[in-house]
Amino acid sequence: MSLHRWLMGMAALLALAACSGTRTPGPVHFFPEGMPERLSDWNVLYVDDGRLRLNAQVQPYDLDTALFTDYAHKLRTVWMPAGTSARYQPDEALDFPVGTIISKTFYYPRGEGDTVLRSDDAGPEADGGLTLGKVRLVETRLLVRREAGWIALPYVWNAEQNEARLMRTGELVPLTLADTDGKHEQVEYMVPDENQCAGCHGTDLKSRQIFPIGPKARHLNHDFAYADGPANQLDHWQRIGYLGEVPQGELPRNAAWNDAQAPLEARARSYLDINCGHCHSQKGAARTSGMWLDANTHDPLRLGRCKLPIAAGQGTGNRAWDIMPGAPDDSILTYRIESTDPGVMMPELGRSIVHEEGVELIRQWIAAMSAQECGA
Amino acid sequence: MQRSIFVGTIGALALLLSACQQQSADAPAPSAGDAGFARTLQERLLDAKPGDVIEVPEGTFQFDRSLSLRVDDVTLRGQGMDKSILSFKGQKAGAEGLLVNANGFTLENLAIEDSKGDGFKISESENVTIRGVRVEWTGGPKTSNGGYGLYPVLCRNVLIEDSVAIGASDSGIYVGQSRDVIVRNNRAERNVAGIEIENTINADVHDNVATGNTGGILVFNMPALTQQGDAIRVFRNKVVENNHDNFGAKGTPVASVPAGSGVVINSNDNIEIFDNDIADNRTANIIVSSVYSTGYKDDKASGEFDPYPERIYVHDNRLSGGGDSPDRMDFKALKVAMYGLRGSFPDVLFDGYVNPQRKDGPQICLRDVSGVLNADGPGGYKNPSKDTKPYDCTLPSLPAIDLKRG
Repeated sequence: MSLHRWLMGMAALLALAACSGTRTPGPVHFFPEGMPERLSDWNVLYVDDGRLRLNAQVQPYDLDTALFTDYAHKLRTVWMPAGTSARYQPDEALDFPVGTIISKTFYYPRGEGDTVLRSDDAGPEADGGLTLGKVRLVETRLLVRREAGWIALPYVWNAEQNEARLMRTGELVPLTLADTDGKHEQVEYMVPDENQCAGCHGTDLKSRQIFPIGPKARHLNHDFAYADGPANQLDHWQRIGYLGEVPQGELPRNAAWNDAQAPLEARARSYLDINCGHCHSQKGAARTSGMWLDANTHDPLRLGRCKLPIAAGQGTGNRAWDIMPGAPDDSILTYRIESTDPGVMMPELGRSIVHEEGVELIRQWIAAMSAQECGA
Repeated sequence: MQRSIFVGTIGALALLLSACQQQSADAPAPSAGDAGFARTLQERLLDAKPGDVIEVPEGTFQFDRSLSLRVDDVTLRGQGMDKSILSFKGQKAGAEGLLVNANGFTLENLAIEDSKGDGFKISESENVTIRGVRVEWTGGPKTSNGGYGLYPVLCRNVLIEDSVAIGASDSGIYVGQSRDVIVRNNRAERNVAGIEIENTINADVHDNVATGNTGGILVFNMPALTQQGDAIRVFRNKVVENNHDNFGAKGTPVASVPAGSGVVINSNDNIEIFDNDIADNRTANIIVSSVYSTGYKDDKASGEFDPYPERIYVHDNRLSGGGDSPDRMDFKALKVAMYGLRGSFPDVLFDGYVNPQRKDGPQICLRDVSGVLNADGPGGYKNPSKDTKPYDCTLPSLPAIDLKRG
């Protein structure tokens, strides 16, 4: 560490210390327009006493199954203006009120030296925050619901971890990922540019509006470890006034992809839903392919079973069918999720390395399908 | 330290950029200036306002991630397809070179080289103009090249002209699931498919040159997509010597195209092919086929899909050579069986799949051709026929496409 950096770090710490301890941040600031340069301008998250903390009324949440992004852990929060609440929707993301700010902070637990750890996301600390000495913050993405619709803003954290700055053109962040055996893997972590945010969040290709992907009823309908004990997230949101009426009876619920107790089919479909379904749906950008992988698709041909590729190009890997039942090694789907070639890999954005455990799940799912000859 | 390095780097790049702008008049931009422009261009695409013209100066500019635009009525314009080059060699992220989802977009006078995936993709957009653009994989034809060069899909009112596509591992110029399309005065060479019109309604493909591809001009209709193709005219093109080995990855629809295919109609209805020069395509100058020949069995096609090519009118073309050395063992055997060792397939090869329910038959009308071979695909190629009688008919000409652009 250079003297310069050390001094900068100390200065930052001192500055923080000056107002830390009992620091209470100002209220969350919703900007109805403009693009604030600093994440701290929003006051959703704040750095205090060596921790990244959530402002009052900022609620942490998680998903049953998350998009894979190079083994990054994710701290998700939602905030809504006082007196407003989201409207329940059965399939789409909850309908959030104007003024909603959703944040997602991508971070890794620190390993030895400059490495970061390849590990399961065990969620934030009890109060929803993070101890900065233990984590490498990479970026915080905001989805902000304005009058005209949602906007997506990517903020990249500085090395001191005391501020994240707007990086609308995105960035590649090189990281060394260390697994528990000490094996290292290089990652070109990609912070998406604003348009690439829309590449996934523009779930309706025709309207070009962007929407949240994670906070759908089916992804939220499970317990979260709140500071005062576990509770179902939808119940909790209702209790604190963040969610309006919900229908009677059983609400939709995806399986956790890594829940060994859940049926293989449910786990695989949940994994495909969150990793692929935002594009591969009837309305999404990949509807051109004719292969839809969202939770509401049930037609086997649409799901890729014995389906010919359309515009996969070299992405077929010389395989004939999107999914060849019983034969993961003959299925284009597995070829593409096992690839890291930008021209081949799926999803197209969001990862630079292979999610080995996710691939294994999809392989098992295809292998378990009753074997069938697809055709010529 | 990372941040100060980063800030310092930006400063240095800005300096380099301004330095190279000064000298760009007499020398190609040095590579050190490229990253600065790359970031500038990306910002300009993000900040674009309707009506903006974004200029790309002369020089080769390197990008390690794809570019994208989502603002309507923007023009991205270079100084010429050999002067302003957006190079994606060594691209690390993004499935295209340039991805656009915006109406009224014009791309002109520049080149997109060596993208990992498709060169230029524009999706779900109206009023698209692509003019004087070159998309090329500079290492020549390779299976690992990106799939499509110019790739409008789900678009309405599309004009592609004066452009060049080289080396795509699927199609050089591909228009998919679109409506009201003109593809004219382009050159497509050394792609698997030179020009491919797929599941598209109302297209004129004229005055293009397709040569050195596996297949020259393809008009395809695939099942399970948003719409079926219809009403396409292919005229005044030169479709010559499309004999390149098929280097498409297996599984893609074009991987089934035999090397040496001139114009290929697959499962599409209402096609008119006239006034073209089609020559020396060694499997056949014209192939008419069904998806049944390209991998789909009867029970797989979706219910509403029509797998049969119908109302195909081929007339007044200048056809010569070709058919003398077909690709694939089954075609070779068929040729020898029907025409002898030194013989050639006639101008038109038809796989023979017809809808038995259709009262008028397939209405495949072939005029001014040297002959036709019905290969009897449904019968396992057992009873091929040279009979030209069923094809001795005419159809009304299709109307010209008017993009109403004044």
